[in-house]
Amino acid sequence: MSTSAPPYHATRPPVGDFDPGIPGFEASGGDWDEIAREAVGEERIVVNMGPQHPSTHGVLRLMLEIDGETVSEARCGIGYLHTGIEKNMEFRTWTQGTTFCTRMDYLAPLFQETAYCLGVEKLLGVVDDVPERASVIRVLMMELNRVASHLVCLGTGGNEMGATTVMTIAFTAREEILRVFEAVTGLRMNHAYIRPGGVATDVPEGLEDQVRHALVEVRKYLGQLGDLMLANPIFKARLVGVGELSLAGCMALGITGPVLRSTGLPYDVRKAFPYSGYETYDFDVPTDTAADCYSRVVLRLEECYQSLKIVEQCLTRLADTAGAPVMVADRKIAWPAQLAVGADGQGNSLDHIRQIMGTSMEALIHHFKLVTEGFRVPVGQTWQTVEHPRGELGVHLVSDGGTKPYRAHFRDPSFNNLQAVSVMCEGGQVADVVVAVASLDPVLGGVDR
Amino acid sequence: MTDPASDKAVPQPEEVLGPRSGELVSGSRVVQPEVIEVRQGMFGVHGTGDTSGYGGLVQPVAMPAPATRPYGGWFDDVVDILAEVLGEAGVAYDEAVESVVVDPPGERAELTLHVAREHLVPVCRALRDDQDLRFELSLGVSGVHYPHDVGRELHAVYHLTSVTHSRSLRVEVACPDADPHIPSTTSVYPANDWHERETWDFFGIVFDGHPGLARIEMPDDWPGHPQRKDYPLGGIPVEYKGATVPPPDTRRQYS
Repeated sequence: MSTSAPPYHATRPPVGDFDPGIPGFEASGGDWDEIAREAVGEERIVVNMGPQHPSTHGVLRLMLEIDGETVSEARCGIGYLHTGIEKNMEFRTWTQGTTFCTRMDYLAPLFQETAYCLGVEKLLGVVDDVPERASVIRVLMMELNRVASHLVCLGTGGNEMGATTVMTIAFTAREEILRVFEAVTGLRMNHAYIRPGGVATDVPEGLEDQVRHALVEVRKYLGQLGDLMLANPIFKARLVGVGELSLAGCMALGITGPVLRSTGLPYDVRKAFPYSGYETYDFDVPTDTAADCYSRVVLRLEECYQSLKIVEQCLTRLADTAGAPVMVADRKIAWPAQLAVGADGQGNSLDHIRQIMGTSMEALIHHFKLVTEGFRVPVGQTWQTVEHPRGELGVHLVSDGGTKPYRAHFRDPSFNNLQAVSVMCEGGQVADVVVAVASLDPVLGGVDR
Repeated sequence: MTDPASDKAVPQPEEVLGPRSGELVSGSRVVQPEVIEVRQGMFGVHGTGDTSGYGGLVQPVAMPAPATRPYGGWFDDVVDILAEVLGEAGVAYDEAVESVVVDPPGERAELTLHVAREHLVPVCRALRDDQDLRFELSLGVSGVHYPHDVGRELHAVYHLTSVTHSRSLRVEVACPDADPHIPSTTSVYPANDWHERETWDFFGIVFDGHPGLARIEMPDDWPGHPQRKDYPLGGIPVEYKGATVPPPDTRRQYS
């Protein structure tokens, strides 16, 4: 794909002899003029953008040293959303860990859950025992989640540039996916649906129809987004050539995901270190070589279509494995719950509870032990990565043979990628900072954990 | 009150590790697996209040022992090439790499190189630059605090990935609590900048040579390093319908 730069640019002087034929005006406030006059040649002006600023995706604080409209230095301040999730996980059982890690990056909760569960399964040595249907459901949920996350990135990114329609379309499309999540997990976020050994419960009846309907709708909205953005001269003027980061820069700073792929390197964990059976799915890894914000938008849209392609393959496999187990057979690991939708919404199957409470004392004891004590995980450490919408998500788990993680560390891609803000913004305009940060797509819940 | 467990012989790691203990002899040196925890009793109850019958139980927990050759798969090649490259750079392999651990057992084993802290930067440079190693992507640093691993309490674990060869390994560096210094790897992997700051913030490991080692997640004036094992979780009791639920770190727990 080639993107030719337009002859004009929103935040830079015109290229060559481009003349739009429109007279230019400059507006300036009186106060600002005085401040600037006092500061010129004497002191530098440092502007805090955030932590409460609508364009910083949450509570990111940008410290910008500016010279007029030019950013001469940009630094990030983070930590405003630090909640000590990793520390908390050390005090809960391995199964409860999913409830915590799902709250890190709240726009992509299923990726943290999957990465964590894959790590626990590796330590338990049950990777090959996880039922195929469970892996298919995981892939289905992750790919839908990837589309939902990219839609938020594109929507909020557009909104920050003043394109409110982009945001409303993206959020409407995301709503279709959230409805699927609600049907499967009972929740729109903070699912804790993927558990060590499989998934919490099988997908509900009629899911295939619902997902197929959602696919049609999401495709329609993605088409609208593409039509609105990709050839839009104002959009291109703001994004083409902005926030460039070369391949060498990406590798040095450990940047992964769409930002790395926009430099031309097709590095995708799903291909490089396959997990959950990704090697058996047919999909492509889109790349570009422009390495700017515009190419990242194009890549995210492309990735959405690729994800929808994987979702379709998942639906076929789900139909083929109907009725198969979704949790490992080992009753020492599998949570002894059977969920069913009761009169009060989602909950335990009353028949199952009646059977446990009424027929088997041993089952009751076992249930109690597994829920209160949890299972023990062999001593050792592991590292598991998955392809998160924002890059490579890594989980470092250390077990001391107990029922709780000794240490759980999440290498969140947003945390790492924010290091690139200085390189991408310095020397550009203040308005470009917003675009560059949006192209990194940081989610502060994941950054601060 | 005397602890009934104190006068009993503590079982040695190889006794409790069982089939996973492996060989304790690596090369000419004897390397002990790292004891990371010593569990006493059961259910977190100690002293006369403990009627569980498990009061005298003492169980040291040790990390998997160093592996011996062959390590399996590409691990041997990588270690051989690393030894050669380090030799050319004038660093003795035996001094730089203290032990090699292959864990967890089975097909999905991962390679961990325990590196002496004074040789960390040359080892990282060799791993990054040699064409047959090419671990060009650093995925960060995570700290682990093992208060029972005396003299090596604080560990920094570096996760390296080779995009070229589709491989990944861990480099683990330990330092004592009394002298928590590890050289910074930011000169080799600029990506580790924030990760080292995070590890300093949460564990108090000082990365010498880091361009700006400041706290990153906690406020600048925060006392202590929260992810260390001796730092309390800091929960408060929760009252619900008249009953009080203690914070998770003070609840009765399975040891």
